Amino acid sequence: MHIMACLKPVPEPDTVKVDLETHTLKRESAKLILNPADRFALEAAVRLKENTQGKVTAVMMGPPNAAPLLKEAFACGADEVFLLSDRAFAGADTLATSYVLAKAAERLGPFDLIVCGKVSLDGETAQVGPELAAWLGWPSVIWVKEITYKDGQLVLTRLTDEGEEVVSLTLPGVITIEPESNEPRPPSLKRLLSWAEKEVPTLTAEDLAAEPERLGLSGSPTRVLDVFTPTYEGKKEYLSGPPEEVVEQLVKILKERGLI
Amino acid sequence: MIDYFFTPAQKLIVEIADRIGQEYIAPYARKWDEDEVCDPRPLWALAKADLFGLFIPEEYGGLGFGTFENCLAIETLSKYCAGVATTFAASGLGAYPILIAGSKEQKQKYLPRIASGEKLCAFALTEPQAGSDAAAIKTTARKEGDYYVLNGIKQWITNGGVADIYTVIAVTDPKKGARGASAFIVEKGDPGFVIGKKEKKMGLRASTTTELFFSNCRIPKERLLGREGMGFIIAMKTLDLSRPGVGAQAIGLAQGALQVALNHARSRVQFGQPVYNFQAVSHTFAEMAMRLEAARALVYSAARFIDSGAKNISGASAMAKAYATDVAMWVTERAVQMMGGFGYMRDFPVEKMMRDAKCLQIYEGTNEIQRNIIARELPKFVKPLELG
Repeated sequence: MHIMACLKPVPEPDTVKVDLETHTLKRESAKLILNPADRFALEAAVRLKENTQGKVTAVMMGPPNAAPLLKEAFACGADEVFLLSDRAFAGADTLATSYVLAKAAERLGPFDLIVCGKVSLDGETAQVGPELAAWLGWPSVIWVKEITYKDGQLVLTRLTDEGEEVVSLTLPGVITIEPESNEPRPPSLKRLLSWAEKEVPTLTAEDLAAEPERLGLSGSPTRVLDVFTPTYEGKKEYLSGPPEEVVEQLVKILKERGLI
Repeated sequence: MIDYFFTPAQKLIVEIADRIGQEYIAPYARKWDEDEVCDPRPLWALAKADLFGLFIPEEYGGLGFGTFENCLAIETLSKYCAGVATTFAASGLGAYPILIAGSKEQKQKYLPRIASGEKLCAFALTEPQAGSDAAAIKTTARKEGDYYVLNGIKQWITNGGVADIYTVIAVTDPKKGARGASAFIVEKGDPGFVIGKKEKKMGLRASTTTELFFSNCRIPKERLLGREGMGFIIAMKTLDLSRPGVGAQAIGLAQGALQVALNHARSRVQFGQPVYNFQAVSHTFAEMAMRLEAARALVYSAARFIDSGAKNISGASAMAKAYATDVAMWVTERAVQMMGGFGYMRDFPVEKMMRDAKCLQIYEGTNEIQRNIIARELPKFVKPLELG
């Protein structure tokens, strides 16, 4: 089974600074780490590979300084790693990001399965996995916590708001992995040493034959109009007196306001 | 404070061990200590990171580094939990006899599985009546055709029960004393080999210590390491190689205690200021740091001396072990004192560090025995100086 694991570089929360005027993250000053949820996705992909004698290709869209994180992905069991990096990708929202990942899947595939983390630490939209499936026209299953592989089908246990459900997925497909559903391994020293000083291979928009208008800001319909800290104003009103009277008053107020 | 000029690979070893410490050990160390549990998860992480194979040659599945690199891993892990570091280091201890005296077949059979962390190893020398006096061991190995039959009891064996491979010293010729001992490989599940009770310890409670019973334990004769009669020499060489590792445990542990206690002293306010501002406190920390750095320099030097291929390593190895573990005992005790009531409470990590440190002065040869070794070796290195 050939599996693509999608990884994202995110700023380490302790090192990130916020621009107080625009309320946006000053990304250039932050140290980059592998998105925590993606470590569970990579681990799920590597375990599935180990059980099926397959191969894992890890891809990451990000700036050139994210490359060491892919070296780490290699050390954690990915067989091949690719950085998708181009100035044209800058400012991408989830749609433009998932488009680039879809083009990478076409370029580097064929894949049987694409595995994503559930959600990113910085964006927190959880949209990229399902959008990627939409670009490819593949089915997607999100919030997956258990995976078994049988006769070309995946049997998946996924979380829902109410509990769990077990579904089968005919491949190819896209899944997103529930964090804490496995224990991600640490990097292998042997693999890190074998990587030595090699460069992480990078693919540009041209390498991916991507349509320029679908990339970066121009490919992103999302517009951030304002970023602000919400304020809450609670109005208090105390009712006092014997309990019977307080209840009467309360019922009256609630009726007046149309709440009961 | 001092840069020891690590190579990129050595820096990587420290970085990975530190990451395992932070992610897979630190959040759980207190619970393992309370519950006296040797949890397999940090061992799984160490295996996945390839750290069990640090000093095992590449041809046997390891990374081919030396004692020094192994010490760096042990030191770093000990900062987070000396108990987990004990399980890790003791597996290496059990592997040394195979590395020292094993045949090519024995190495091929056992070392790759130890290097990968698939199998844990243990070293069994101590007996109820033979501790410091190791030559007094009573466990026997009688040759019967193609087999050896082992009988006897081993005591206080680190990794007893959790290990799959045991290197055991037993007497093959009782008439010859120390020269009548031999080293064997015993596997978990061998007939007549039984794991005894788990000891209740003061510290290092995340590692398991048990008795081992051999009751007509029959093993193939191919399990003999080296030749008959070499057992005691193999055991002493093993300890020469492993003792800087105990020193490394000590400096990691003391480093951890220093970090916890210093942070406390700089934030704990009494009499309107951080207690670190008081000279009685700050000078204590200066002393802790000095002794710790001296111990580190000694452990690193001894490890590098061993890796240079030097022959007479017993004295250096004993010095590193005894000095560093004495320092760790002193530093952890001071750390408790500097934190006052906080130091004594089990909610804070330094009391555990103090309990853990005590064992380091005792196991793999008491520090009294180390001084015997140093004193015995001294005349070989210190020549008379005639002046005037």
